[in-house]
Amino acid sequence: MKTTFLKACAVAALALTIAGSASAHRAWMLPSSFTLSGEGQWVTVDGAISNNLFYPNHHAMNLDSVTVFGPDGKPVEAQNKASGKYRSVFDIALEKEGTYRISSGGAGYMASWEEGGERKRWRGTAETLKSEGIEAKPGVQVTGNVRRIETFVTLGAPTTAVFATEGTGLELKPVTHPNDVYAGEKVSFQLLVDGAPAEGVEVDIIRGSDRYRDSEDGLKLTTNAEGILTFTPEEAGAYWLSASAEGKSMLNGKEIGVRSSYVATFEALPH
Amino acid sequence: MRAVLTIAGLSLLTGQAVADDVAIEVGIPRLDVAEYHRPYVAIWIANPDHSVVSNLAVWYQQGETGEGKGETWLKDIRQWWRRTGRELAMPVDGVSGPTKAPGTHEIVLPSDKGAFGNLKPGNYQLVVEAAREVGGRELVSVPFTWPLKGEALSTSGERELGKVTLRLAGK
Repeated sequence: MKTTFLKACAVAALALTIAGSASAHRAWMLPSSFTLSGEGQWVTVDGAISNNLFYPNHHAMNLDSVTVFGPDGKPVEAQNKASGKYRSVFDIALEKEGTYRISSGGAGYMASWEEGGERKRWRGTAETLKSEGIEAKPGVQVTGNVRRIETFVTLGAPTTAVFATEGTGLELKPVTHPNDVYAGEKVSFQLLVDGAPAEGVEVDIIRGSDRYRDSEDGLKLTTNAEGILTFTPEEAGAYWLSASAEGKSMLNGKEIGVRSSYVATFEALPH
Repeated sequence: MRAVLTIAGLSLLTGQAVADDVAIEVGIPRLDVAEYHRPYVAIWIANPDHSVVSNLAVWYQQGETGEGKGETWLKDIRQWWRRTGRELAMPVDGVSGPTKAPGTHEIVLPSDKGAFGNLKPGNYQLVVEAAREVGGRELVSVPFTWPLKGEALSTSGERELGKVTLRLAGK
């Protein structure tokens, strides 16, 4: 019983921490189609935390924090949600033309302090930080984190209303629309951190199906002063983009460190 | 006089070539495959930089079948979808048409009105793209200078498209 409980905690902790490139485990969402035409269209989306892209082989994604934004920015229901051993899945009915943002993640705090000669670690939200008196612990170190795992699908022509609307942590803003990427053509995305251009952020870009390659052959890029990264996907396929940034934030008058992570899945179509 | 009028009227009705009309021939090859569906085909005029000047034809399944509405697969005419299709409200009058069986299909368009009538003198390409359900996709383009001279301009696809020809009708 106790082991089971501990395991459950470990899984929960894992699900919270895994997002970016720091871990070999990769979180991702993969839609059945990125680009659609016609009426009455649906996409089904897989969500997992895995070693290989995009093969579920480690943990199913927790779907509690999945939000879908329609082309008008309004939430759209994620339907038929289910979580298996290695993979979660849900469907989205695309009733409006334009680009949808499918987003998972959240924000929280981690704290550590000494108590009775022991190092205590804590993880929670802004509310529980206060209600559990964590901030008042002697010598407490608090850090914040903002995680975002996203993908985009477009019915009809691409639109841009759903991008970078939250102003927290890392967000992606199109220079090239992520549903308008073609093999052999230059692509630029802008990363924002807390709504401002994120300069000097390291970004990994890896093409899927890495399990059929001896090396992941990823690209390592750094955003420029405008937060822009530019690359050319040489081959068509589904790509995984991962970035993380360290920053500062104020928490009740005290400066704390904040780690923001961002993951996006997009496809490059054959030219 | 009456006889002449009748012939002129007939030729208009049947799309028969009158001097200076533009004829486009598109070959759709017969393929020996287990599951054959007629290809979706888009035909358009592009500038040398690939930007679209005008759509001439899009052949696709317009009704609803057991597999859903045909417009679901328009995005598979990939280049056309990117360059122009996704911006259009389908069907488009005079452009949308049903899928075609294997064979050579001719479109005759007037050179003094519509897509060609509005074409400024210059260099263009005629682009034909085919995408087949449970099959392949192919795009061919025929560069041309407008107005057309006498000779026919042709190119051939390798798999999904046969010979594509652009010429002045009746020549």
